[in-house]
Amino acid sequence: MRKTTYIQAINEALREEMRDDESVFMIGEDIGHYGGLFRVTRKLMDEFGPNRVIDTPISEQGFMGMAVGAAMTGMRPIVELMYMDFFLVCADQIFNQGAKMNYMTGGVVNVPMVIRGQHGGGKRYGSQHSQCVESTFAQFPGIKVVVPATPYDAKGLLISAVRDPNPVLFLEHKMLYFTRGEMPDADEPYTVPIGVADVKREGSDMTLATFSYCLLQALEAAEELEAEHGISVEVVDLRSIVPLDMETIYASVAKTGRLLAVHESQSNCGIGAEIVARIYEEAPHLLTAPARRLGMAPASIPVSGPLEEVLLPWKKNIKAAVLETMRTPTFA
Amino acid sequence: MPESAVKASSAVAEITVDSVPQLPVDQLQNMYRMMYRIRRVEESLLELAESGKIGGAMHTAIGHEGSAVGMADALQREDYLTCTYRGHHHSLARGMDAKRAIAEVLGRADGFAKGKGGSMHFIDPSLGLMGANGIVGAQVPQAAGMALASKIRGDGRIAITFFGDGAMYQGVMHETFNMAQKWSLPIIFYCENNRYSEMTPITRTSSVEEMYTFVRAYGMRSVQIDGNDVEVVYHTVKEAAERARAGEGPTYIEGITYRLAGHMAGDLETYRSEEEIEEQRGYEPLVVLKNKLLDRGVSEETLQVIRQEVDAEVEEAVEFAQNSPWPDDAEAYTDVYALA
Ligand SMILES: Cc1ncc(C[n+]2csc(CCOP(=O)(O)OP(=O)(O)O)c2C)c(N)n1
Ligand SMILES: [Mg+2]
Repeated sequence: MRKTTYIQAINEALREEMRDDESVFMIGEDIGHYGGLFRVTRKLMDEFGPNRVIDTPISEQGFMGMAVGAAMTGMRPIVELMYMDFFLVCADQIFNQGAKMNYMTGGVVNVPMVIRGQHGGGKRYGSQHSQCVESTFAQFPGIKVVVPATPYDAKGLLISAVRDPNPVLFLEHKMLYFTRGEMPDADEPYTVPIGVADVKREGSDMTLATFSYCLLQALEAAEELEAEHGISVEVVDLRSIVPLDMETIYASVAKTGRLLAVHESQSNCGIGAEIVARIYEEAPHLLTAPARRLGMAPASIPVSGPLEEVLLPWKKNIKAAVLETMRTPTFA
Repeated sequence: MPESAVKASSAVAEITVDSVPQLPVDQLQNMYRMMYRIRRVEESLLELAESGKIGGAMHTAIGHEGSAVGMADALQREDYLTCTYRGHHHSLARGMDAKRAIAEVLGRADGFAKGKGGSMHFIDPSLGLMGANGIVGAQVPQAAGMALASKIRGDGRIAITFFGDGAMYQGVMHETFNMAQKWSLPIIFYCENNRYSEMTPITRTSSVEEMYTFVRAYGMRSVQIDGNDVEVVYHTVKEAAERARAGEGPTYIEGITYRLAGHMAGDLETYRSEEEIEEQRGYEPLVVLKNKLLDRGVSEETLQVIRQEVDAEVEEAVEFAQNSPWPDDAEAYTDVYALA
């Protein structure tokens, strides 16, 4: 075992997939010569050259559309969006084109591409560079949404994403980049399948389902809640939200009877609302008390540090939501 | 584009320092004061960023002052302006109070947007400042919309929009150029060509080296100028504004300049050499203007007094901003919708 950063884990996955499969190439802004604004694609151009690590102008609609086109011919493009917020500039190519292609063509043409990049708040980037986008993507059938929280999961899931025959959105939270975690040795191949959640902390009083950076915040919250209030929280890392592994959530709630879903995208019509709705539809008997959700409050993310902290569903807000969930009376 | 920046580029610039009339020395002196003020504000912000007091992405306009100061004198206060995340200089040149500007960047309650917008979203409609933008290219159709509104109302206001060389490759730019030209909108498109798009030299990703030639395909009038020479900027913008007001349609101006600081605070600048930056210091707007003033009889002492006055003023503004309170927590939830 060794430890790497989240950035390093992604860089390794990219390098290995590029080595293994000549149809894989990367395209995006500042990813080649510079190695990516966040250094995620560092030195990949040295190994694979400018034909496979392509520096683009600021033309998201153009290069996203080109990735869709290349993928339609069987290539496996990996597109980096420098900030995930910029998906809005090229939304037609992602949703109306890439995501729907397989369906519209009755399965005649598929689009094996990955869109990856960082998103999320916490660094005072303000309204146009801080939003979490996963719930929006989940509204469009045809694209998978992968949201790893640890270096191990990031590498294993990115490899699966590249090999997947569908468009996959791979989300890296900007607060995760310098976190470190245990990894198998560099020459030990492994993958993590898309669509399988993972219990990251065992507990007995309630289930907290989350992913990406909120997972780290939830784990810290759980430790503190145990120490301060004697509450035992089981933390389920969803790892992908499309597909959504409800079975793992149900298995956990069967044990705890209470459920709180937490995520950083908007609470309103967000993935937490979906999780809560599904358990009511599919397995209400597992709940001993009402299921709840915590997401981003209905506001854009401000630059001012203290205001950003008020809004983000991180440790302080998670602890409050857990206590609230525990306080909610059981069903009669 | 020739390797060595403004000096070399004036060989291809259509308007050079020799071809514009001289401005009165008083006016130039005021321009010097404003340029130096912008420089000091930006330098102070970089220091604050280094000490961790500013988060996110903060882009300074050190080296770009010429375009802002030349523009501000050439336009009316009512004229609309939109710009990029690199927009502190336009706002200050149009009269934004440095105190409120710095407070905003720090996320404080006295900022012009209560600390919610920050460095990338400078705005003050009372000064015609209709917004900086964090999305490359997004401010350009908005400015054209302001010009369209002026045309519909017939109120004689024009719009100017600033963008970088890198923005030329956003599709929305070209959609806007065509409509603005076809509808003869009263707008000036000002490209601050600093030859870099973040960490990428523009020549690496552009099929065309001379930005100003693009819009000629749309039938638009376009010029390339030395954007570091404030007199050149002034006269070019003034003439374009007169044409726009007279209903003669848009002008595209490519002002050659150079950003002397990193793309944003914290940029390690591994993509360019010290020598390159050093060479550019010889052609930067403050040096160009200072030399003009000295040539035209203004003493070094006079300029020194201006600088000292500005230093004190900016120091006071930094102090004010740092002492400004944080916004109330409740502000996090307000302003999502306008109140009736
Ligand atoms: C749609 C979009 N894509 C990418 C970015 C990230 N980005 C911010 S500034 C920038 C470079 C812009 O270069 P240029 O237009 O030349 O302006 P400069 O920064 O040099 O003033 C990029 C790629 C963004 N903000 N918006
Ligand atoms: Mg530029």
